[in-house]
Amino acid sequence: MPILSRRNFLSAGAGFTLLLVLPVRSGRTQGGPPGLPATPNAFIRVGADDTVTVIIKHLEMGQGPYTGLATLVAEEMDADWSQIRAEAAHADDALYRNLAFGVQGTGGSTAIANSYIQMRKAGAAARAMLVAAAAADWGVHPSEITVRAGRLSHPSGREAGFGTFAAAAAGMEVPQDPPLKDPADFVLIGTNVPRLDSAAKANGTAEFTLDLYREGMLTVVVAHPPAFGATVASWDDAAALKVRGVEMVRQIPSGIAVYARNTFAAIKGREALQIQWEEAKAERRSTAEMFEDMSEALEGARVVEQSGEADALDGAAELLEAEYRFPYLAHAPMEPLDAVIEVTDGRAQLWYGCQFPAIDRPIVAQTLGLATDAVRINVLFAGGSFGRRAQGDGHFAAEVAHVAQAAGRDGAFKLLWTREDDIRGGYYRPATLHRLRAGLDAEGRIVGWENRIANQSIMAGTALEAFMQNGLDPSSYEGSNDLPYAVGARRIAWARVDSPVPVLWWRSVGHTHTAFAVEVFLDEVLERAGKDPVRGRLELLGPEATRHRAVLEKVAEFADWKGRTREGRGYGVALAKSFGSHVAQIVEVENGGSLPRVTQVWCAIDCGVAVNPDIIRAQMEGGIGYALSAALYGAITLDGTGRVQQSNFDSYRLLRIEEMPQVHVAILPSAEPPTGVGEPGVPPLGPAVANAWRALTGRPVRQLPLAQLPA
Amino acid sequence: MLTLSVNGRDLSLDVDPDTPLLWVLRDELRLTGTKFGCGMAQCGACTVMLDGLPTRSCVTPVGSATGARVTTIEGMRGREIEAVQAAWAAIDVPQCGWCQSGQVMSATALLRETPRPSDADIDRAMSGNLCRCATYLRIRQAIHAAARTLEG
Repeated sequence: MPILSRRNFLSAGAGFTLLLVLPVRSGRTQGGPPGLPATPNAFIRVGADDTVTVIIKHLEMGQGPYTGLATLVAEEMDADWSQIRAEAAHADDALYRNLAFGVQGTGGSTAIANSYIQMRKAGAAARAMLVAAAAADWGVHPSEITVRAGRLSHPSGREAGFGTFAAAAAGMEVPQDPPLKDPADFVLIGTNVPRLDSAAKANGTAEFTLDLYREGMLTVVVAHPPAFGATVASWDDAAALKVRGVEMVRQIPSGIAVYARNTFAAIKGREALQIQWEEAKAERRSTAEMFEDMSEALEGARVVEQSGEADALDGAAELLEAEYRFPYLAHAPMEPLDAVIEVTDGRAQLWYGCQFPAIDRPIVAQTLGLATDAVRINVLFAGGSFGRRAQGDGHFAAEVAHVAQAAGRDGAFKLLWTREDDIRGGYYRPATLHRLRAGLDAEGRIVGWENRIANQSIMAGTALEAFMQNGLDPSSYEGSNDLPYAVGARRIAWARVDSPVPVLWWRSVGHTHTAFAVEVFLDEVLERAGKDPVRGRLELLGPEATRHRAVLEKVAEFADWKGRTREGRGYGVALAKSFGSHVAQIVEVENGGSLPRVTQVWCAIDCGVAVNPDIIRAQMEGGIGYALSAALYGAITLDGTGRVQQSNFDSYRLLRIEEMPQVHVAILPSAEPPTGVGEPGVPPLGPAVANAWRALTGRPVRQLPLAQLPA
Repeated sequence: MLTLSVNGRDLSLDVDPDTPLLWVLRDELRLTGTKFGCGMAQCGACTVMLDGLPTRSCVTPVGSATGARVTTIEGMRGREIEAVQAAWAAIDVPQCGWCQSGQVMSATALLRETPRPSDADIDRAMSGNLCRCATYLRIRQAIHAAARTLEG
């Protein structure tokens, strides 16, 4: 589909369509050379049948960008929601870059935030071009034309749908900077327009990667090393090749690939492989040993932020100290990693839930020895990601390219990771150690705060290393060094540790552990100082922390906060800002024996303009459930030989329906630009649960998950 | 050759009898609404009806299903599934969507047996269906809504 020209016509099934191509300038491009000319972006197709298809530059993996971005376009077009469709943009950095990243990619809860002006401008331009076309046809001035709910009309009584003028509009001048609506005039933004993908996902017709079958396609599974960093020493495929349906076996850099005519044959073939592994360079430490090493590394932690008197803790009347341990976590999206690749005559085409096209596409091209232009990535729905598909090293794209190349012939191949491959495959949330100290003066005021953190770097060694500065990876400690609380002199330090175990961002990244360490330790310190958890936090929030205060006050109000315990139930609070959004949560727990039973969660969020309040609520509900899974059960552990001790949902347990608490969400009204919602629901939940559990039982929570606490 | 009744059609298939029904439905019959999630009956994404009862197709050897009526989400008919799917869309239950075919199948089976389920009934019937997006509150809400629809 050639869409690089400023505008062009396409002959689609429904007739002529207008493909609107807009010049959009990025004000926040990072890493790109300055002074580049404006890049055209293609976002809207108007069909002769009046449908408006919005081309969505972000991966739809559940968080709602199909609906959200389409809402922004529809609003400024004055379209009717019923005529709106959405489809995924293919991989093309020039057209579809994330304005927050400078290249194409989905992540960091940026989909709405970076698209808010861009998509509205696209809609406004399309509207202006349709009006111009109608004005020319009707012989009237454009200013006399009204657009409402997808209909163009003129006081003379003339009226038409968008489709009537789709072709003519394509010939109109593209407005360079079309005016946007006053938010007071919004019709769709701020309302709960229904999601565009719900029906197809409820009847099984939504197309995911695994659902794609190409002519002659072989299904491939790969035998990966049993320990991270191990390599193939020798292998024997004789038995595998005897499995009915297995076509061939090849070695690729990440392991041994089995190609078969169907999935089950590939899996059986893999089981029949005989492989000897070289483990000299593999990770052989147990989880406990890794934490010991992290503890030692803390001694050499590098200061990332320091303020106030360096010796403030020495002069404190009382010193409190605590250590918190966080395990590796697997993302475990319900659809494991998969991709389809088809190589024909020096070109490659891929279909999958591609989250970082800017990284994946050149990796596929390089692996296959092709120009980037010879690789097309078609983006499909992803059955969840939570960070797993956003790979700085593009390892999965590389693996599927190697699968195609090792086949030694053109053809189509579907690569599938089984659940065991997923759970044991690494790319975990880094295991992390926090050691905190706080000093109180004689009146119980906090005079000093120290937080030392040890973990692996997510960015080091990947294409994203360029974003690190002076060897520091902010994703390792974000949330610890921008405290909103007045806690006296501060010293935050980070120690990088290394391991062959690959790590990756996991829904809310560093905040998954920093919010826990800060909010749980602060709760203990406040109790020691004789303060109520809510009032004590409010007292520490400076006058500039207005949005922090607002969400905390809101959640206390609508949870009817009355202190830490009530009628046999414990209550805990936590506050975290992440991805631009402020979220406070209050959790109610009952004593479920060795584990808390979380019964209710109150959640207040300020995410700027709420484009779709129901989707925001859904993300808070989902983030809370995701975080509760981790707080109660989530842990990937290594035994003394470097083997992952979990393998499937029986040993890597996820939250089930009977464990889901009631969730009450309040969205603070705001006229600020929209910020993230996919991740910010996660960070406060774990610490709020821990604080509630300590309130109820007196037992401090110093390591996660709760299910591994000593009884 | 092996015979199988799927969505009302009798089929002859050249597959090994130990092949999980899931992979026969997907790879051979291209009925892709039924999803793969774990391969060991832990998540419910692969739920189909076997003689009307919800069954995990990922651990059901196709050879053991030869005498049964297999119904996938593509072949489901009747008031219950219509009410469930309508409620799922009206309440916007799905997020990523991968598990939802299985959720819809389990919810439909529940409503066929228990037209007005309590929260405890729902927990019992749906506990085997994992949702990593944690859409559980809306699943419960949608099942109650579908039950009200069916009551008329």
